[in-house]
Amino acid sequence: MKRIGVFVCWCGTNIGGVVDVPQVAKAASSFPGVVLATDYKYMCSEPGQELIVQAIREHRLTRVVVAACTPRLHENTFRKTLERAGLNPYLLEIANIREQCAWAHQKQPGRATEKAISLVRRAVAKASRLEPLFASTIPVTRKALVIGGGIAGMQAALDIADAGHQVILVEREPTIGGKMAMLDKTFPTLDCSACICTPKMVAVAQHPSITLYTYAEVEKVEGYVGNFEVTIRQKARSVDHTKCTGCGTCWEKCPTRVPSEFEQGLGTRKAIYVSFPQAVPNKPVIDRRHCRYFAAGKCRVCEKVCPTGAIDYQQGDQLIKEKVGAIVMATGYDLFEWEKVYGEYGYGRYPNVITSLQFERLINASGPTGGKILRPSDGKEPQSVVFVKCVGSRDPAKGKEYCSRICCMYTAKHAHQVLEKLPGARVYVFYMDVRTAGKAYEEFYLRTLQDGAHYIRGRVSKIYPEGDRLIVRGVDTLLGRQVEVGADLVVLATAVVPSRGAAELARLVGISCDQNDFYTEAHPKLRPVEANTAGIFLAGACQGPKDIPDTVAQASAAAAKVCALFSREEMAAEPTVAQVNQFLCYGCLECQKVCPYRAIEPVTVSENAAGKKIERTVASVNSGLCQGCGACTVACKPGAINLKGFSNEQVLAEVDALCL
Amino acid sequence: MRLAYYPGCSLETSAREYNHSVQLVGRLMGVEFHEIPDWSCCGASAGHTTSRLLALALAARNLALAEEMGLDVVAPCAACYQRLALARHELAANPSLWERVNGITGRPFNGTIRVKSIVEMLLSAGTEKIKSLVVRPLRGLKVAAYYGCLLVRPRAIQIDDAENPQVMEKILRAAGAEVVDWTHKTECCGASLAVSNEEVAIPIISRILKAALAAGANCIACACPLCHFNLDIRQAKAKRFLANYRPLPVLYLTQLLGLAMGQGERELGLEAHFVETRSILKMVG
Amino acid sequence: MATLKLDVENPRELLEYVQRESGQPVEKCYQCGKCTAGCTVAFAFDLMPHQIMHMIRLGLREEILRAQSIWLCTTCVICTARCPQNIDVAAVMETLRILARRQKALPTGKARPVALFNRLFLDSIRKHGRLFELATMVLFNLKSGHLFREAETGWFMWRKGKLKLTPTRPRGTEEIERIFARLQEVEGEEDRR
Ligand SMILES: Cc1cc2nc3c(=O)[nH]c(=O)nc-3n(C[C@H](O)[C@H](O)[C@H](O)COP(=O)(O)OP(=O)(O)OC[C@H]3O[C@@H](n4cnc5c(N)ncnc54)[C@H](O)[C@@H]3O)c2cc1C
Ligand code: SF4
Ligand code: SF4
Ligand code: SF4
Ligand code: SF4
Ligand code: SF4
Repeated sequence: MKRIGVFVCWCGTNIGGVVDVPQVAKAASSFPGVVLATDYKYMCSEPGQELIVQAIREHRLTRVVVAACTPRLHENTFRKTLERAGLNPYLLEIANIREQCAWAHQKQPGRATEKAISLVRRAVAKASRLEPLFASTIPVTRKALVIGGGIAGMQAALDIADAGHQVILVEREPTIGGKMAMLDKTFPTLDCSACICTPKMVAVAQHPSITLYTYAEVEKVEGYVGNFEVTIRQKARSVDHTKCTGCGTCWEKCPTRVPSEFEQGLGTRKAIYVSFPQAVPNKPVIDRRHCRYFAAGKCRVCEKVCPTGAIDYQQGDQLIKEKVGAIVMATGYDLFEWEKVYGEYGYGRYPNVITSLQFERLINASGPTGGKILRPSDGKEPQSVVFVKCVGSRDPAKGKEYCSRICCMYTAKHAHQVLEKLPGARVYVFYMDVRTAGKAYEEFYLRTLQDGAHYIRGRVSKIYPEGDRLIVRGVDTLLGRQVEVGADLVVLATAVVPSRGAAELARLVGISCDQNDFYTEAHPKLRPVEANTAGIFLAGACQGPKDIPDTVAQASAAAAKVCALFSREEMAAEPTVAQVNQFLCYGCLECQKVCPYRAIEPVTVSENAAGKKIERTVASVNSGLCQGCGACTVACKPGAINLKGFSNEQVLAEVDALCL
Repeated sequence: MRLAYYPGCSLETSAREYNHSVQLVGRLMGVEFHEIPDWSCCGASAGHTTSRLLALALAARNLALAEEMGLDVVAPCAACYQRLALARHELAANPSLWERVNGITGRPFNGTIRVKSIVEMLLSAGTEKIKSLVVRPLRGLKVAAYYGCLLVRPRAIQIDDAENPQVMEKILRAAGAEVVDWTHKTECCGASLAVSNEEVAIPIISRILKAALAAGANCIACACPLCHFNLDIRQAKAKRFLANYRPLPVLYLTQLLGLAMGQGERELGLEAHFVETRSILKMVG
Repeated sequence: MATLKLDVENPRELLEYVQRESGQPVEKCYQCGKCTAGCTVAFAFDLMPHQIMHMIRLGLREEILRAQSIWLCTTCVICTARCPQNIDVAAVMETLRILARRQKALPTGKARPVALFNRLFLDSIRKHGRLFELATMVLFNLKSGHLFREAETGWFMWRKGKLKLTPTRPRGTEEIERIFARLQEVEGEEDRR
């Protein structure tokens, strides 16, 4: 006979303020198999856990039910508690009476108590059918893949490599550095971005433990935590980098000019190019879409001028396979495409309406204007600059509902920079709120105010040209008046959105995205740098808008998680995986079709039937890949698959306990 | 194409030239108009400002009449178009309201017909058709196409993008005219205030004229009798606010098309405008 | 300016009424002001659209129904088209205007002629089924006390044959009359409730 203990938590007033906790404990004491039912203020606290340990010993409990918060929060905590008391940790069942009861039914305490009792009855029914489970171990390949070479990816790669592990860094652009390499100065310290970013780029390239693939993309990811196999597509650069010395003759002579991505369209580059002078690697690629030879079959100038014979028009894409144990996602962000939806701001038709990132290039000493703030239409110095915040952010109608977090601060930076570089210029910032939650951030904003920037509270309704200026029609809600400003240059703080292709990459890697396509963390508070698939970690703006300090912190945290995973040669695997009863399985492989993790494979078994040896195909679960989602158990017609810890028998017992 | 025709109050009186030009151009383009025999006022802004039910009922009665004819209805007046189209949309979205309104009118509307603006009607024949009918291309004309607020808002009934629509431009280009890119084509002209608070309406009008002048237009094209009245007749008062004023004839889209299709100025009613249209005629030659 | 007393009775009543009648989520308004920024008539308003939205939340019924703005609004729908929270601000303005009329709030200042014109306009439709421009204009001038307002305009239109001396009538005038009558019944009932 099972001896079950029930422990009901008050969670302070979270549960106790709604549910009559002692009453729940009292009701539980009469459920079949329950030998002890008690309550406590904070069950997860040290004394709370001790209470459970003591009770297990004293009452010789063989199964434990904890009625508290969601198992996502503390299932592991309490499993460890059981382990300390000498019980198999999987003999625990949690009844969620906080999120799914107390919080949901705050206005009906009586009925909430009834529901809590039912939930505990369910948990007890399940607990009495729990069996001990044992974690198996899987080997760990101590080599990490980092996708994305912005500041997040570089920091993570360096930290992991410095800890002594091999790292593969894949970047799809011809250079690493990401957005940070494009910035001029960085808030709140106003130190030059390049001075802190380019040394990191060099460190990455020179680190003996880092293998760098630029102009490359991840094409396929197979396997599971500790044992991934990834396929990387090295796009054809059309330049043999083993021969190229980066002398620059080719891009000097190349006759084809196209708008430069790095300069955000404000400057040009050649068809054979390095993104910017400090690019890493500092060797060119040919942009085949624009190259005359590839487009029209004529030119080959670069080939003629290259002193080392490095140009290779025949070069094809290369597929590279690598085995890694962990993956860090660091694909960063892009800016919201405002030109597509903001008709009231001109749909991108007015050259002097630019984005914040274009402004960074304008003010950058190595940018297209050599660091002079000149308006794109005619190269004149602007006398009046208007900044518009929250463009595409906090705008459910045209863009995204969320706040992009960085634009308040960089706009304060930009306003300061204009006032510094153009004495006498007027600066207006249209804002809805000024959000400066960060160390030394509010001080930074106040300084910009003192510099003389005019902050106007209200959104802009329309921007239109009049003569060679722009009229910005907005509102000052503090004055309660419509306002108009003549501007020579308008800078839009456009929203931060996940980088192009982020959602497809997530599908390929096997992690999930939120409704905005930012990568979802396993738990917003307690597991912020892990994806919901084991062995995959998140760093930087791909998880949500972030400034550089937060990005770097998260990257280092992800690296620490990777190092923890790599700290042993083998790791314990979750035992709550599917298991095929091969006697019952008749090999239809319906389960394989529904498994989202590709964890099911057919295997051949031979058995004796009526004295004869016959061979038969049955399903088999790769317990490394299986995430325990249970989809297969539903698809299986003969009921040959069970999820350990959620067997058909256990689940049906729960249903009975609730419904009968 | 056969269409029920809803002229609306102003096309009978102050905008009779619009009426004529629509009929002329429509016929050239092969449209057969059947005027709704017993049509009544759509209620205009006075209606919906007073009572939502009244506005819906006044519009629904006319929709029901057109439905009895079994024809989609075209309303050349942008205000009427907006009222009728919006009523149709709102009724369809709210069955219980629909039932109530049908009860009030006593003439059930079943939602089987659509409401078309004049621009949609012209475009549905295709720009090629328009081009084929042009005998006197409007070369030299720089037209500012003015949509006002009624054709492109609200979203449910807009005939094109609310900030930078292009459909009128398409038609005008097909007629050989040059169109200017300008900034106030979907701003409101304030017509609904023009009678009651002229001093409020005049600055609104002048903003629009200013933008059209700055864009180098030599005339404005519109598709609404209220806009026309406001921009044409009140131009005399609005010019006080304009530093670089020159007379800016305001023509109905169909008048310009009619000209291009070789119709005479008299038939098109060009003389009925306050701002002289002779300059336009000279340019077109 | 006088201090506003915020502790009004039934602070949510007005909000709930407006949300129900207009079908618009006024509660979503986060006071960005974009409605005011683009408004055609804001320069002549006494209360800005975003202020009105805020006041609805606060339940400041008197202040709102006294505002001339709700009458001056041209229903150009620019505010609606650009509201980041997808609130049909124009529909809210209209709901308030209708509420003001039903509550017999007396329009003042610039709002008076608007209300007068609307009334005469509807009277004309009720009588003739269509707008009889000439009579409506003459009546408006008489009642607003500006006898020769727009006299030149009228003269011009007369010359161009754009004014008719008699109304054109559809045959269905009784039908129109019936619509008005039924409506009065229905709305009278609602008001009593
Ligand atoms: C105008 C502006 C000014 C700013 N100023 C400041 C400032 O002053 N201070 C501050 O702290 N922050 C500032 N920021 C924020 C800063 O840019 C970000 O915090 C930081 O760049 C985030 O780094 P990241 O590595 O996460 O993303 P990114 O810099 O976007 O790097 C992502 C990298 O991943 C690559 N990548 C994307 N997808 C793939 C793929 N599928 N495969 C391979 N590679 C891929 C990209 O090419 C890129 O190189 C500013 C931002 C803007 C827009
Ligand atoms: S952590 Fe969970 S069980 Fe512990 S006190 Fe908080 S809510 Fe209760
Ligand atoms: S010329 Fe040749 S060696 Fe020099 S940068 Fe170009 S490819 Fe490299
Ligand atoms: S950070 Fe500031 S500017 Fe950016 S979305 Fe948030 S509030 Fe708007
Ligand atoms: S635009 Fe919309 S959200 Fe902004 S103040 Fe007006 S109603 Fe509120
Ligand atoms: S609908 Fe009314 S409130 Fe809205 S912008 Fe137009 S005039 Fe202003």
